[in-house]
Amino acid sequence: MRSLPDHAATETAFHAALWSPDTPEGLAPADALDRRVAVYRNNVRHGLTRALAARFPVVERLVGAEFFSAMAGVFAAAHPPATPVLSEWGGDFPAFLSGFPPVAGLPYLPDVARFEALRGHAYHAADAPVADPAALSAGDPARLVLTLAPSVHAFASAHPALRIWQANQPGRAPAPPGSGRDHALIARRPDFAIVTEPLDAGSHAILTALLRGVPLGEAATHDPAPLLALLLRHQLISRIGERP
Amino acid sequence: MHPDFCRPDTRLPATSLPRRAGLGFKAEHFEAALQAPVAFYEIHAENYLGAGGAPHAMLTQLRADHALSVHGVGLSIGGAGPLDRAHLARVKALVDRYQPASFSEHLAWSSHGAAWLNDLLPLPYTDETLARICAHVDAVQSALGRPMLLENPATYVTFAASTWSEPDFLSEVARRTGCGLLLDINNVFVSAINHRSDPRAYLADFPLAAVGEIHLAGHEAEDLPGGPLLIDSHSRPVADPVWTLYAEVIARTGPLPTLIEWDNDVPAFDVLTDEARRADRIMEGARHAVLA
Repeated sequence: MRSLPDHAATETAFHAALWSPDTPEGLAPADALDRRVAVYRNNVRHGLTRALAARFPVVERLVGAEFFSAMAGVFAAAHPPATPVLSEWGGDFPAFLSGFPPVAGLPYLPDVARFEALRGHAYHAADAPVADPAALSAGDPARLVLTLAPSVHAFASAHPALRIWQANQPGRAPAPPGSGRDHALIARRPDFAIVTEPLDAGSHAILTALLRGVPLGEAATHDPAPLLALLLRHQLISRIGERP
Repeated sequence: MHPDFCRPDTRLPATSLPRRAGLGFKAEHFEAALQAPVAFYEIHAENYLGAGGAPHAMLTQLRADHALSVHGVGLSIGGAGPLDRAHLARVKALVDRYQPASFSEHLAWSSHGAAWLNDLLPLPYTDETLARICAHVDAVQSALGRPMLLENPATYVTFAASTWSEPDFLSEVARRTGCGLLLDINNVFVSAINHRSDPRAYLADFPLAAVGEIHLAGHEAEDLPGGPLLIDSHSRPVADPVWTLYAEVIARTGPLPTLIEWDNDVPAFDVLTDEARRADRIMEGARHAVLA
């Protein structure tokens, strides 16, 4: 009699069958064995597809659910989650889209995915205190260092990625992509609302510098007032200090 | 009178959940869930491992007035490889932070090598897998500093190599590690129908004294030439034969913490509380039978 496979060999064979049409060896005889294995195969593929679609809903809308599902299968096989925390899976999905020939005709798609990934980061980012805005006018502006909430991200795209994202929300008729570049601030307010605010290129440059810890005076290569107004309105400054 | 008054000397294994019905918590039901007289809520640990934001704010509020059960789906306790220590540390931080009344996981594997597969996959029941699963349960209990509950899976295949029945296997894991068991009666029914066996025979063999919580959920059915294939979908009301099995178990055990699981095509909150009330009524009936 042939010896039965050990645990590791059984698991390896079963895992291989999840990504192939084969029925693994070592199963007890049963009716419709292929269909039984297919339940697991479908659970894995469907579960991962829905997890990816939950992080990238507008990408799914742009390519259609059926295409997205097929594409998610290719992505999941090549880049499976490295953690059971599925909200952290898909960081390399935008880069995957850049190199996926079937979507080469949608050059803005990777940036829309990057935008959605940043919204996901903002949703789960650490909580932060809100600084007293009075400190903004109290100090020497040249030496002020603003610590922004960990949910704040600066987004830039060579495509109108923000406007495409806005136009493809549920309940809106999909609009054709416009032209031009988009810059945006993505963050979570203390009341947990996710905000996405369009920025001009100058404000984007200031925000990028502030996120690197550059003092306000040095970061403000343009008028910082519009950006500061946004940061104050959404309560996104968690600390106002002065560089010694 | 406190519901547990008539059995003051029995402590549930590995849990301090109330012996009443609870619900899986869904963020879309947050406002209603806060106000509802639901005895406990269960969350999937992996949905609450982010740094901050709305998930933790909701959980903190919910936890203030309700007992909490943390149910892991990612530790891959039934896996051939070592536990993911980094993930276990994150689960421990969650358990430390919220101090739930219960922590539970599955007799299944869900990762292979570095890849996580997002499903509860089946394993053979052998002396080899028994030793490995016990080592994994020991490691989880040591890390968390508390006993855990281990849940019986819904399965669609079995393995030629298995030398243990599932109830005997779980019983032995509980005996060796001191863990409690989470008895999913829908899983019992789904597996028994799928394997052309008798769910009552399974339950007759199951070590009910080790059960610290019960799960009830809905399933889908397809007709195959050899008989029905049931899929554990958590997308429907609990099926009538599962309610019957539940009543039979409760008649033997008395009331136990009982979770209604409904994770896909989630209905209105009222539909969930109706299911919970049905479980509570069955437990009430068992309490009266004990007192009579």
